[in-house]
Amino acid sequence: MPKADLLDPAGKAVANALQRKGHAEISNVRIGKRIELHYVNPPTEADIATAKQIAADFLSNGVIEDVVNVFVEN
Amino acid sequence: MTKVISTVDTTKNAKQTPDKEQPWKELGLKQEEYDRIKLILDRRPTSAELAMYSVMWSEHCSYKSSKMYLRQFGEKVTPEMTKHLMVGMGENAGVVDIGEGWAVTFKVESHNHPSYIEPFQGAATGVGGIVRDILTMGARPIAVMDQLRFGAVSNPDTARVVNGVVSGISFYGNCLGLPNIGGETVFDKVYQGNPLVNALSVGALRHEDLKLAKASNPGDLVILFGARTGADGIGGVSVLASETFDADGPSRRPAVQVGDPFAEKVLIECCLELYAAKVVAGIQDLGGAGLSCATSELASNGRAGMRVQLQEVLLRDESLTPEEILMSESQERMMAIVPKRDLKAFTAIVNKYEVEFSVLGEVIREPRLYINWGKEEIVNVPPRSVAHDGPVYERPVAYPTYQDSLNANSVHSANLKRSTEPSELAEQLVQIISSPNQASKSWITDQYDHYVGGNTALAMPDDSGMVRVSEETGLGVAIATDANGRYCQLDPYNGAKLALAEAYRNVASSGAVPIAVTNCLNFGSPENPEVMWQFKQATAGLADGCLELGTPVTGGNVSFYNQTGDIAIHPTPVVGVLGVIDDVARRIPSGWQDAGNNIYLLGTTRDELDGSVWSEVIHDHLGGKPPVVDLAAEKALAELLQGASLQGLLASTHDLSEGGLAQTLVESTLRFGMGARVWLNEITERDQVDLTAALFSESTARVIVSVGREDDVKFVGLCEARGIPVLRIGVTDASGQLEIQDLATWNIDDLKSCHGATIPELFG
Amino acid sequence: MKIGVVTFPGTLDDRDAQRAVRIAGGEVVKLWHADANLHAVDAVVLPGGFSFGDYLRCGAIAAQAPVMERIIDAANGGMPVLGICNGFQVLVESHLLPGGLIRNENQHFICRDQKLIVENVDTPWTNGFKLGQEITIPLKNGEGGYIADEETLKKLEGEGLIAFRYFEVNPNGSVNNIAGLRNERGNVVGLMPHPEHAVEPGFGPDTPLAMRSGIDGLTFFTSVLNQVVNS
Repeated sequence: MPKADLLDPAGKAVANALQRKGHAEISNVRIGKRIELHYVNPPTEADIATAKQIAADFLSNGVIEDVVNVFVEN
Repeated sequence: MTKVISTVDTTKNAKQTPDKEQPWKELGLKQEEYDRIKLILDRRPTSAELAMYSVMWSEHCSYKSSKMYLRQFGEKVTPEMTKHLMVGMGENAGVVDIGEGWAVTFKVESHNHPSYIEPFQGAATGVGGIVRDILTMGARPIAVMDQLRFGAVSNPDTARVVNGVVSGISFYGNCLGLPNIGGETVFDKVYQGNPLVNALSVGALRHEDLKLAKASNPGDLVILFGARTGADGIGGVSVLASETFDADGPSRRPAVQVGDPFAEKVLIECCLELYAAKVVAGIQDLGGAGLSCATSELASNGRAGMRVQLQEVLLRDESLTPEEILMSESQERMMAIVPKRDLKAFTAIVNKYEVEFSVLGEVIREPRLYINWGKEEIVNVPPRSVAHDGPVYERPVAYPTYQDSLNANSVHSANLKRSTEPSELAEQLVQIISSPNQASKSWITDQYDHYVGGNTALAMPDDSGMVRVSEETGLGVAIATDANGRYCQLDPYNGAKLALAEAYRNVASSGAVPIAVTNCLNFGSPENPEVMWQFKQATAGLADGCLELGTPVTGGNVSFYNQTGDIAIHPTPVVGVLGVIDDVARRIPSGWQDAGNNIYLLGTTRDELDGSVWSEVIHDHLGGKPPVVDLAAEKALAELLQGASLQGLLASTHDLSEGGLAQTLVESTLRFGMGARVWLNEITERDQVDLTAALFSESTARVIVSVGREDDVKFVGLCEARGIPVLRIGVTDASGQLEIQDLATWNIDDLKSCHGATIPELFG
Repeated sequence: MKIGVVTFPGTLDDRDAQRAVRIAGGEVVKLWHADANLHAVDAVVLPGGFSFGDYLRCGAIAAQAPVMERIIDAANGGMPVLGICNGFQVLVESHLLPGGLIRNENQHFICRDQKLIVENVDTPWTNGFKLGQEITIPLKNGEGGYIADEETLKKLEGEGLIAFRYFEVNPNGSVNNIAGLRNERGNVVGLMPHPEHAVEPGFGPDTPLAMRSGIDGLTFFTSVLNQVVNS
């Protein structure tokens, strides 16, 4: 997800659009990314640790984004 | 990975089950066409063959309703006209020799129906498609332009389409690294359910690099490369473009293609390197009708045949059936004919660019297209019958019942009020320049890159787009596109000629010499005899006009079925004119830059307000006859401008068209913020017209030029020697104001605000 | 003087950058993304475009390219590196420059002639300018909004590391109107606008003198050639 204190122009645009559609109950929108890594064999603990590293080093830019979660989904 | 081969409809099967029920009707074929296919094949077609014929014989691919009229473009020509033509109609794009060993290829195409359903992807893939056509000729694409027509600005759905289309063009064109150098945007309620998205591209090549889409040498390999094949646009071509939308909404499954401009950019660089290495004997891009089209056209053009193993196609979606693979319109794919000895070099280059490819088969001598799915033969057809010998219709033509009364209802007969009050006329001027069609489009065009490549000499808002081709000599080309649906509704024959005249005049105004034409003919349903009358008239007008001007049609596109229910769009033939300039440094700006220059009006002003912007904006009126078109006068004017430009006499040139003199004066002042003092009395006296006509008439063959004091005498002398009516109507000054004597004075900043605010307020 | 110009898949303004180097009097060396070799160049330009389709994040995948490993090393050793637009994004993703670049505030791609103020002339790329000079450079991007956290901004402003600031109009919502910056050492400069589009008379921005006559961008390239000669 984009870092909490930084501007999220895409989220803002969506929030404005929802307001225009009459959704006064929604005050803010933030848009992030969901990235799926598909494994040949079921991922091990070591794989998950590596995936977290990959997420931190490459899949996200630590300056502007936070890695919210890395988990196995079947 | 082994492909599971399910029970497919083979040619063997087709022979054995001649009476099997086939969904030829659902696929868009008529009974006669289905019967004809059985005659050609001497059996019923397989499902795959049925799919191929249905798509390739659809209106969009076969031009069946338009072919007999388009012939005129190839027939009404002289050897003089076509001496620069290297490739004419019928290929992916026309190619014109521009000198110094350079050639350019250019074409305009439509992507109308997909842009109503999914504006972003429809427009994006429209750009992608036309750029691939240019690439296929062996050229590096160097610029794009677009011609857009949307519904009424007051209708809420219009913003949806405008935003999607503009973003789509911006997204795709910018990512390809192609400068957008011009175009037009028009709003009219007739396009509400049928927006028009026409896209043009131009490319440059050395003569020896010309490529054609033909497979002629038996033994050469047939290779599909680029993106993988998926379910994009299956049936899109025959389903969407050949049927109109019902007023209740599209009943057919949306079959829109999704584009990836990055993949196309990589493909462009890859192809150019393949061409430079001379490892490609023939090349075709995959657009409408995908593989069905590429294979049959390459074979038919080469007067040869092919053996294709369809299971070798690299798929994005393994669940596709053979029929779907043949009809898929997945983007960013090309088909190359590669001599066996060049396969290694070919492979090295595509690998360098990480572009995927697979060898589908080979070219054979026998003019037959054999497509296998594994061991099973599913297609066995004469390629010519699919690609070139499709049905040719002679649709019924009927003079429209409304035409006479429409033509009788001129601005005069309707007694449209004309003011003589200066303040009212001044007010009308402001209304006109701020109306959506006349207002600044920079909100749109600022979303397009016009710098990339470093060769853009002129772009919007100038009269034409101009690109340098040779960095050594400055050799370049200029392109302008124009259309006027209102004029064409009043008179399709002359309306088409008027569009040609305007584009021709625009090219000449930038300092280039017009040499070739492309067109995109947007019309309603060909099954409507009144629409067919419009089409017949318009094509004749354009062909006759091209003959008279000596500029041949090099290629183009037809888009039919632009109607919702019974209501067709105005006939809207878009005409693109290409010109050559020996050195782009000689280009002529459209606005005033220097104070103290004299402003001259060339040409004659008549009282011609029928179909004009004035009649639309001030009176919401359409009727009468459009302005008279005089191509001999246009030619003489163009030659004068060329002569004056070569002598360096012109500081600026701007043509008169929609919105008349008023529009042109305002645009000339806003271009660089230089003011002027202008007088109309000499126009009204000499040409015997009133103030309304002087300001807003749309008489043709007119331009205004600004000339430095030192060149006055020479310039006027040049005009008089050539018999071009010339009238000094003003002087530029740095006052920050535009003054039209005895009418009004405006601050340039105020004009800029009015002219500039309309579009952002509507769509920003 | 050899100036390397990098091409990634999707790079668009490499030919323009090459032309700029040539016009300035330098020798162009084309660097391919997959080739981990700088071929003895004296400086490197990372041009604009949509490298790798802007997938994942602008410049993120390009930053991992083999040639970038060499460039990062060379930059850390003092080689002049200029990142333009997408190139700036690559520099940020490579951590050669701080901060981040996000979508334009108004959500649209914008192409306009942009006024900038030169705020730092102590780099190989800007030594030809005068401090405070106003220049006009074409800008064209959709993801040009510069952002950085409070701490980074304090440092950038405090140490005078802002190289260019947007003037009169902020076209993309960049924080503090930052259009371009330099690293501490001064050899690495990144900016969103495109100097390579204002190097040839007749093809640059309009100026009060004449249509398309602006060539303020040429100074970037003549500066680095001076620097390389003098060093």
